[in-house]
Amino acid sequence: MTESEFMFSDLMVWAETAFWILLKIVAILIPLILAVAYTTYAERKIIGYMQLRLGPNRVGPKGWLQPIADTVKLIMKEIVVPRGASKTLFVMAPILFIGPSFAAWAVVPFDAGVVLADVNAGLLYILAMTSIGVYGVIIAGWASNSKYAFLGAMRSAAQIVSYELAMGFALVGVLMCSQSMNLGEIVLSQSGGIFQWFWIPLFPLLVVYWISGVAETNRAPFDMAEGESEIVAGFHVEYGGMAFSLFFLAEYANMILISFLTALLFFGGWLSPFEGYGMLDEMTAWIPGTIWLLIKASIFLFGLLWIRATFPRFRYDQIMRLGWKVFIPVTLVWLPVVAIWIKSNVWPFN
Amino acid sequence: MSFQVIVFYSFAAWLIFAALMVISSKHSVKAALFLVLAFASASGIWMLLEAEFLAVSLIVVYVGAVMVLLLFVVMMLDVDYAALRQGFVKKLPLALIIALGFFAILYSFITHGDFSGEAYASPAPKPEDYSNIKELGRVLYTDYVLAFEIAAVILLVAIIAAIALTFRGRRSRKAQVISKQLAANKKNRLKVLKMDAVKTAPKSESNEEAEE
Repeated sequence: MTESEFMFSDLMVWAETAFWILLKIVAILIPLILAVAYTTYAERKIIGYMQLRLGPNRVGPKGWLQPIADTVKLIMKEIVVPRGASKTLFVMAPILFIGPSFAAWAVVPFDAGVVLADVNAGLLYILAMTSIGVYGVIIAGWASNSKYAFLGAMRSAAQIVSYELAMGFALVGVLMCSQSMNLGEIVLSQSGGIFQWFWIPLFPLLVVYWISGVAETNRAPFDMAEGESEIVAGFHVEYGGMAFSLFFLAEYANMILISFLTALLFFGGWLSPFEGYGMLDEMTAWIPGTIWLLIKASIFLFGLLWIRATFPRFRYDQIMRLGWKVFIPVTLVWLPVVAIWIKSNVWPFN
Repeated sequence: MSFQVIVFYSFAAWLIFAALMVISSKHSVKAALFLVLAFASASGIWMLLEAEFLAVSLIVVYVGAVMVLLLFVVMMLDVDYAALRQGFVKKLPLALIIALGFFAILYSFITHGDFSGEAYASPAPKPEDYSNIKELGRVLYTDYVLAFEIAAVILLVAIIAAIALTFRGRRSRKAQVISKQLAANKKNRLKVLKMDAVKTAPKSESNEEAEE
């Protein structure tokens, strides 16, 4: 075999690997984007019914085609770059926001072994990706050359950095219980039915994680970065058309991600709740794991919409207080408790 | 040429490019963003060394937190860039001498002695189930526990010093008393009054329709 032949066969192997990885990425992203589109529809419908309205019901039967119509409208719109804006950064910001929020899905397992990248430091990787997302917000706010956008960016940066600490500590609890950072192994270490899942020993951390997740995704009641009544639309006030919809897409992808992660980390991921319960287990054995995961994630996604319809927006100092003076102490107290719990070999760690 | 080599050189090229842009870019915000890119490419190189924990913590800590706060400050600065560039030619010789000096020191360290290529042979790849998170934790809390604790104390001192430096005593200002705010409830804030109508509503067609 000559040198050039060797290179060529090598190249073929890479190309094949790259092709399969790309195919898997597409297989994750297309359902994700569809899910985002129909989450927006679900949000408008659910909040509509909660406020005794009908929600969108004109486009297609019962408004089913509304997200498609919205997408077409957003694609057709012109992207206006404000005068005095930093053009490169203005265009880069939505990409920097959506990139990490899609990249985080690489380590999310949908069933035993059904994962794009089965890496050891999966949990840490997710934390890294959610923390990179803040750059999109900051850059968008700064590059827009607008006061409202800048204020929104500043608020969002402070909020994300503060809540990431609490979130990180909550994840440390999960790490301690499962002895692993691989999301698949975290799920498997919860096997054994609904009462073996981490939501019982880690209940305070679950609450902290869930609320920090709402804050991280800039959702109401933590949507200080967007605060329509104060700073118009916050960091993306100058964006229109597709550039705006990238921010929108990323925000909803993050919401779905947080719902999936809560299900994976605290509620046994793809595992059936009736595992090891005889009759019930047999009766539900035909349900594939992915369906269980989707059901669990949908419950939390619904929770996010419900929270938005229920609570008014927090004041900025209240958000900071909640993050620094309530959540971080709670996690710091609960971590030693969990450590002692695990080492003392009592239920559920025996 | 293996795949790893290509990945290494592309990350290294990005790292050098980003580092050069940090010092040569005209705007301080852009310089800070190039520093972010430099951190990201450095983390890619660490990943090649199978130090996945360190690589991802570099992203989480430096990219995700430290640089965000730095950017926070840089964006608020009002820098006169023209004034900054004044005297560039005059100071250039001195700067070049310092740069060359540093280069010489670094070069001698990397080529000879404790940090040379011979002293640090490329490590053998670890088995697949090797977790350097566990190894790092084990070593930090056993062999190097003293150094680890000393570092923690130094950080604590730095935090206290930072607070002491910026704390200017109690200011007489209006501030919210959180405990009072949380103690507020409907009973002592809201009063519902019932009162009779002072004036009867004028009769009109629309009113009658509504009554029907």
